[in-house]
Amino acid sequence: MSKQLALVIDLNVCVGCHACVTSCKEWNTSGEAGFLSDDNPYARDPTGTFFNRVQTFEVGEFPNTQTVHFPKSCLHCEDPPCVPVCPTGASYKRAEDGIVLVDYDKCIGCKYCAWACPYGAREIDEHQKVMKKCTLCVDRIYDELLPPADRQPACVMACPTSARLFGDVHDPESAVSKVIRDSGGYALMPEWGTHPANHYLPRRKTEITLHRDELERVDNPLKIDGKLPKPDVRSPSLDDSTTW
Amino acid sequence: MRPAFSVIFLTTLIGAGQGLFIALYVAELGAALGAWSMPPRLYFALGCVLSLSLLGAGLAASFFHLGRPERAWRSAAMWRNSWLSREVIALPAFMAAVAAFGLTHYVRGAGDLSLALGAAGLLLALLLFICTGMIYACIQFLQEWHTPLTVINYTLFGCASGFLLGTAWAAAQAPVLVAASALWTAAFTLAALVTRLASLARNARLKPKSTLQTAIGVKHPRIAQKSEGFMGGSFNTREFFHARSFAWLRAVKWGFLLLVFPLPLVLLAAGAALVSWPVLATAFALQYLGLLAERWFFFAQAKHPQNLYYQAIS
Repeated sequence: MSKQLALVIDLNVCVGCHACVTSCKEWNTSGEAGFLSDDNPYARDPTGTFFNRVQTFEVGEFPNTQTVHFPKSCLHCEDPPCVPVCPTGASYKRAEDGIVLVDYDKCIGCKYCAWACPYGAREIDEHQKVMKKCTLCVDRIYDELLPPADRQPACVMACPTSARLFGDVHDPESAVSKVIRDSGGYALMPEWGTHPANHYLPRRKTEITLHRDELERVDNPLKIDGKLPKPDVRSPSLDDSTTW
Repeated sequence: MRPAFSVIFLTTLIGAGQGLFIALYVAELGAALGAWSMPPRLYFALGCVLSLSLLGAGLAASFFHLGRPERAWRSAAMWRNSWLSREVIALPAFMAAVAAFGLTHYVRGAGDLSLALGAAGLLLALLLFICTGMIYACIQFLQEWHTPLTVINYTLFGCASGFLLGTAWAAAQAPVLVAASALWTAAFTLAALVTRLASLARNARLKPKSTLQTAIGVKHPRIAQKSEGFMGGSFNTREFFHARSFAWLRAVKWGFLLLVFPLPLVLLAAGAALVSWPVLATAFALQYLGLLAERWFFFAQAKHPQNLYYQAIS
């Protein structure tokens, strides 16, 4: 089976710091493909093109609520609905690694692919007038000038809590495949059959389960814990009998 | 969805152009079969010019939808899988057929050649209706659009407005056709009324398949968005929301239901009885206004699932 690179995002760990958003923007606005336009960045009604957004949802009803920070970028669907609708072939899915990309030189800016994406992962660049989206940092991950540990998407490098994992979800032995299997990784909006490559790991309740036998000394054969006489205050303590 | 006026003009103008051409072809076919006498050459030739100007105006409007219109030629590339690409090929092909049909009538008059060219044009007109409708109907998660009714409505609305213009044109150039043309127009208009009401009824009962639960994958009945990730707007908050009130939407709906169906039908009856082209042209203008409203409503009514991610700014 061919490779399918993807992100796995652990919602249990994400703290909603937006470091992935800013790191993504910084890397991708500085690359060969040109800048990501912003308008009024320091004025009223700022707007701009981003590949990645972190949103926040409140689940439950007060006082039993959970805050879920939810990073959202292109999911690099295995069956991407945005690709077959493109009239020019600018939008395509790479056979070798499954990354969904836009050829900015072919895009005519008709926005049909954005209409055909149920996740809202595509944003038009209002100045270059072409459609833009997450590239999984395709210009980083294969760059042999970078040390191997740095050949990862900028968002993954930036995450302070390691909530973002990157790897090949078609390789059953990869770290991302294992964590999807072991921690209940799921896909967004499965109802549309897009088979997103990116997966999310659910929130997990962190609880300590204490069993009775863990509260009692198991090496206390007479079960007389607590019944032993307290040592006399004048008897030598540990400090009197040791030199350390 | 935010209605895009370029696309509203494109679909309504080429629809009327296609319908007008079909009306011209039916006029020749009927005459060839002996239903009525053959209309004059100029009725066909200038009728084709009229149809071509509608198609050309629609094509011009479509360029305003593109961010990079200078690359528009590229959009014919992916006809194997993209309905938009197929439309891009079908529209000029159909325009060529209309031009050839009109030129043949002008140079040689009605005959086997013009009938054959007209048949090709009819086929291309129907293909173009299918391509235009399927652009919207093929997106499965825009549930309001994902129905055969979308293609049927585009076809019937195009035919109704085109035949109405054709009736006005006949009143000016070939009065012998007016009665038959008015009947065809009324039939298409009433058929469009039935299918549009059917799609309105269908869409009113739609249950969205995507919910906030499937959108973020949390199985809890109560989820509220607290932040969409930015305080200003973005492409996602502009492109997919019509930002109009429910009352406005309802007004547009009743507006188009009035302007597209009963008013033009009354004027059609009056215009056909009087054989008056100004009355019929007014009917067409009114119906065209209604069709603009209809297409606006068609876009505004579609709820894109991506909107689930953009419910609260902060």
